[in-house]
Amino acid sequence: MAILVDSDTRLCVAGITGREGTFHTLRNRDYGTNVVGGVTPGKGGQDIEGLPVFDTFHAAVEETGANTAMIFVPPRFAADSILEAADAGIGLVIAITEGIPAHDELRVYNHLRRGSARLIGPNCPGILSPGKANVGIIPAQFFKEGNVGLVSRSGTLTYQIGNELAQGGFGNSTIVGIGGDPVPGSSFVDILELFEADPQTELIVMCGEIGGSAEEEAADYIADHVSKPVLAYIAGFTAPPGKTMGHAGAIVSGAKGTAQAKAEALEAKGVRAGRNPTQVAELAAEVLVGASSPDS
Amino acid sequence: MDLLEYQGKQLFRKHGVPVPEGRPAATVSEVVEAADDLGYPVVIKAQVQIGGRGKAGGIKLANDRLEAQEHADAILRMDIRGFTVHEVYVERASEIDEEYYAAIVFDRSAKQPMAMLSRMGGIEVEEVAERDPEAMRMLHVDPLIGFQDFHGRRLAFESGIAPDTIRPVGAMLGRLYDVFVREDATLVEVNPLLVTKSREVLALDAKVTVDGNALFRHPDVAELRDVSAEDPQERMAKERGLTYVKLDGNVGILGNGAGLVMSTLDVVAQAGGKPANFLDAGGGSKADAISSAVEVILSDDKVTAVLFNIFGGITRCDEVARGLIEAFAQIRPEVPFVVRLDGTNDKAGRALLAEADLPNVHTEATMLGAAEKVVALAG
Repeated sequence: MAILVDSDTRLCVAGITGREGTFHTLRNRDYGTNVVGGVTPGKGGQDIEGLPVFDTFHAAVEETGANTAMIFVPPRFAADSILEAADAGIGLVIAITEGIPAHDELRVYNHLRRGSARLIGPNCPGILSPGKANVGIIPAQFFKEGNVGLVSRSGTLTYQIGNELAQGGFGNSTIVGIGGDPVPGSSFVDILELFEADPQTELIVMCGEIGGSAEEEAADYIADHVSKPVLAYIAGFTAPPGKTMGHAGAIVSGAKGTAQAKAEALEAKGVRAGRNPTQVAELAAEVLVGASSPDS
Repeated sequence: MDLLEYQGKQLFRKHGVPVPEGRPAATVSEVVEAADDLGYPVVIKAQVQIGGRGKAGGIKLANDRLEAQEHADAILRMDIRGFTVHEVYVERASEIDEEYYAAIVFDRSAKQPMAMLSRMGGIEVEEVAERDPEAMRMLHVDPLIGFQDFHGRRLAFESGIAPDTIRPVGAMLGRLYDVFVREDATLVEVNPLLVTKSREVLALDAKVTVDGNALFRHPDVAELRDVSAEDPQERMAKERGLTYVKLDGNVGILGNGAGLVMSTLDVVAQAGGKPANFLDAGGGSKADAISSAVEVILSDDKVTAVLFNIFGGITRCDEVARGLIEAFAQIRPEVPFVVRLDGTNDKAGRALLAEADLPNVHTEATMLGAAEKVVALAG
């Protein structure tokens, strides 16, 4: 099992002909992801190292049976590209692009939630199911297959925590980057629901940060709907109010959205929160060694 | 990006939100000229991106030319909670009968815009919430349909505002929503929304925050960015394409990825230190970006030690090491550096640093170890 991406994934990449798009598409293919093609308007008929390029998502879906899209186009074109992929019938859209206008994200979110397509991101590193498929920019070499589901608003912080888990001998079912923007297509709650239902996942680690209230909402959801153990880490205890800390969504507004409040909300619902990445890995070891032995 | 009051009011006028007549001025003679044109009495208002202007003496009524001169002289160059007043807004004075509050906010939790109206205005929103939570009426708007007349009517009727203002206030909410959407704003706030003695409805203040990611659609708004109000280090970093936030400590921080940098600030604080800045060198940082970032960090003379915390994914640790070596060749820093390189090409990176044998550069294997070391060295 694993969630969202696996050996059934048939990936089509918007922006495949761009420098970054080409680089990461080929990296994903090298990992073993079934990449079936890409979309760049006006470049239909070309190919990138054997991968066919189409003018539209509709043509790509018709020709290749693509069921997953990765969005790698510049911010001003990204909302359009996400909507096109969904309109063409693709069920899972993973948007890597950073810097999409907030109002574009608002329209996309409100439109997609009325249909059947799921959006991950934008401004995210993608999804990796170790041993099965990698869609995005997550460096797969640090992760191996295992039973920890990891969901995070931050890319490098995910690598940091994942690596500490790996050093402890633990692996991951799936790593999901939900992104650092104010209107993520999928929230912690959406991903927690999937991990809860995934037989491979035995422990869930969620990695949040300042801004918004997604962590508080996750805390309520966990209390009512998640039976598996959940650990948390929140970044940004020292962030001053009113300053955007790198991610567009990482901002403490007045007294709202602080790391302290988020950690407390989670702890109040019985979710243990580490105060730094190392502590989270230690807590994970504590939980997992009781349940099943690490394999190294 | 937060706009100044008069910039917000320019957008209001563009979208038909009624505002009093006024104009910006940067010198005493410009103030007098504007006041003479508008006709007395006028209000002279400091233009700064911070609340509490009135209490700080930044808003004054002038009944004649002499008073206009006096107040302009006092307010221009005044310091309001760390912000120097470079401009004032001269506005025709309005006769206040009632003060309401109106706003369109970006509700991240509901992922929809939210329109707000209260019959209690002219005071802090938080105070309204405390005094009478029922006074603030709120309504979500489906962004795919937009603001409808009924939204305005419903808020106006439910908020208990004076019956003769229900129609114009409802209409103003619709116009404010136009500003919110068409200008890519994430906040449009009017406090107070004024009802004059002649029962005219006007936006007396304007607080508008626009989305920096959408400025490509608004070249006119992009030009309004007030460079003089920015911190010198933050400006320098922006020019170099780095994400930097100045803090008030002495431990300079560089990392890759916003989450990891935030986490780095936290572990430095946990180790008893005070971070001087947030700096995200970004994914795939090349050597020249690193040396450029070091210059920005060291331009803050409070910095007594620097921590590099790199987890290489796309970023290669050998590139970071090369960047640091380059920076040392160019600027010869006088403060100690602690470097933690982990991830892609970490061994190569550490080997490069060992070979270069830079003065006062310490390598650490773990994030926590590096934080403790840098705090000890920072003093």
